[in-house]
Amino acid sequence: MTAHLDDAAFERIFRDEYGRVVASLARRFGDLDLAEEAASEALVVAVEKWAAGGIPPNPGGWLTTTAGNKALDRLRRESQRDAKHQAALMITDDTPPEPTGPVEDDRLRLVFTCCHPALAPEARVALTLRLLGGLTVPEIARAFFVAEPTMGQRITRAKAKIKAARIPFKIPEVADLPARLDAVLAVVYLVFNEGYLTGEGDSPTRVDLSDEAIRLARVLRSLLPREPEVAGLLALLLLTDARRASRFAGGELVPLGEQDRAGWDHSLIEEGHALVRECLAINRPGRYQLLAAINAVHTDAARAADTDWSQVLALYDRLQRIDPGPVVALNRAVAVAELDGPDVALAIVDRLPLSSYHAWHATRAELLRRLGRSAEARAEYDAAIEATGNAAEQAYLTRRRRQLV
Amino acid sequence: MTQYLMAVHGTEADHDMETGGGYGSREAMMAAMEETERYNKKLQEDGYWVFAGGLKAPSTATVVDGQGDSPVRTDGPYLESKEHIGGFWIIEAPDHETALRLAAEASKACGGKVEVRPFEG
Amino acid sequence: MTQYLIAVVGEPDYATLAPEELQQIMTDVDAVVTDARAAGIFVFGGGLHGPEATTVVDASSGAPVVTDGPYAESKEQMGGFAILDVPDLDAALAWAGRLSAACRCPQEVRPFQDEPASTEAGV
Repeated sequence: MTAHLDDAAFERIFRDEYGRVVASLARRFGDLDLAEEAASEALVVAVEKWAAGGIPPNPGGWLTTTAGNKALDRLRRESQRDAKHQAALMITDDTPPEPTGPVEDDRLRLVFTCCHPALAPEARVALTLRLLGGLTVPEIARAFFVAEPTMGQRITRAKAKIKAARIPFKIPEVADLPARLDAVLAVVYLVFNEGYLTGEGDSPTRVDLSDEAIRLARVLRSLLPREPEVAGLLALLLLTDARRASRFAGGELVPLGEQDRAGWDHSLIEEGHALVRECLAINRPGRYQLLAAINAVHTDAARAADTDWSQVLALYDRLQRIDPGPVVALNRAVAVAELDGPDVALAIVDRLPLSSYHAWHATRAELLRRLGRSAEARAEYDAAIEATGNAAEQAYLTRRRRQLV
Repeated sequence: MTQYLMAVHGTEADHDMETGGGYGSREAMMAAMEETERYNKKLQEDGYWVFAGGLKAPSTATVVDGQGDSPVRTDGPYLESKEHIGGFWIIEAPDHETALRLAAEASKACGGKVEVRPFEG
Repeated sequence: MTQYLIAVVGEPDYATLAPEELQQIMTDVDAVVTDARAAGIFVFGGGLHGPEATTVVDASSGAPVVTDGPYAESKEQMGGFAILDVPDLDAALAWAGRLSAACRCPQEVRPFQDEPASTEAGV
């Protein structure tokens, strides 16, 4: 069976298969550059062939086979140029790609390589989007508002380090797996937040990083179905993304309590809730699972007033034991305000060393408003507006400041 | 006998084989490498040799801090300085004078400054 | 296999430590070195004298010029290092983690070029 090829279909197949093809080739040849070049060449062939003959039944397998042959051609050409590498002439295609099983393992190896702690964090993000997500360098550069040559160099340097320092292309040892998996999840979460927090998609050419992160989280989930933190991260992203359409109105940020809950994506919420229940059953809580559970409580309430704040606070208490940082304490204080009053919450917030964080000022402003301390609240709205770079959030804070009595 | 470290320092760009780094050209770099190879042979014949090796570029470094519960690994190098150790010899010499003489020969061969430091014990 | 330099960086001022603490560090480092030897991956290891024992020799453009003191102006000098021969960076990082815990300071891990000049020497 063949299907008609249009640009969107091709783009989708390419995005879905690119990571598989690169991962499979990287394992076989141990060289990321070669894997990428061969994958790109195979794609050029695919565009020509598929436009004429339609998409083959197993496009991923076709691309992997074609790219594998291209890689072998390259190696043979290079070995003919260089007498020292005559041995490479002996290379034959003795590891045929398989459409399932090992291919999935290859992608898992690739993600651990891309997110290796020996690479700079910004390089991990860029490499993961490039190699696993199939995004182009210009797309990644635009998504992070970085100049294209800078992003290109970042990726080139990271690949050079992988090669030179011999960062292995393998799944980490069991003892090292939790820490290494954390690094992978952190990259996916960072990609999501980059897309989610920067706003409504200011530029039509900007790749949607939130969608990309959810796609990566789904891939991880399929590769590591028994890791509750992977399920937790996916649930967290789905439950956050479900509220996306209600987060903005008329260019202004709408906080959770004021959002139109009918506008939430209830199929995403259901999927997220199912994942959270699955995590609860496994009973090995972690940071992402707890954040997902908090979001599950919020999305469970039909109206903001129905929110089970004592449940939210209990979850934040557990989260704080894992992550004792001030940002968690700040979010926890919001639940404290609902249960014990704004004065108790303010006393907690005041102690946190977050004076350069816009959300700290915004939270203080709201608490001071509720305590009737308008002058102080006004100063805090000013500080929050000053500290955030997000126009929609500035618009919201400006309105709140105007509404002070 | 005392063991000495004879170290050569350089920048990230000095590791670029295409440009030849501080040597100015690939040819000049290759020539220095050949000279160094000759010097190494002599060092071995004369019985001073313990080890020699050129390092990959500083950007290939990774820092590990294993003092906590689980090791923290970060992209290196540790110091943000422009110059880093680029490679070194380890020699075994009867005295400091001999070490300095061998360092002078090494400096001539590789065309750079050589830092001499004794090992402890 | 690749040789990696595992260098002591950012070391504490060992001179200020109590003798028994220093003794413990030496015992801990010895234990890691013994394991590395047993694993057949140990190439070299040693602690270096400080900057006060350091001399720079420059004969790159004629007669040797000898100057006192280290090459780099930086206060931080490599205090010692190990050279290990292991399959990949993850293995090097695992050993470096153990050395770091033993030395009570971070370690910098950097690969040697693929064909070290020492190949024919049989270190």
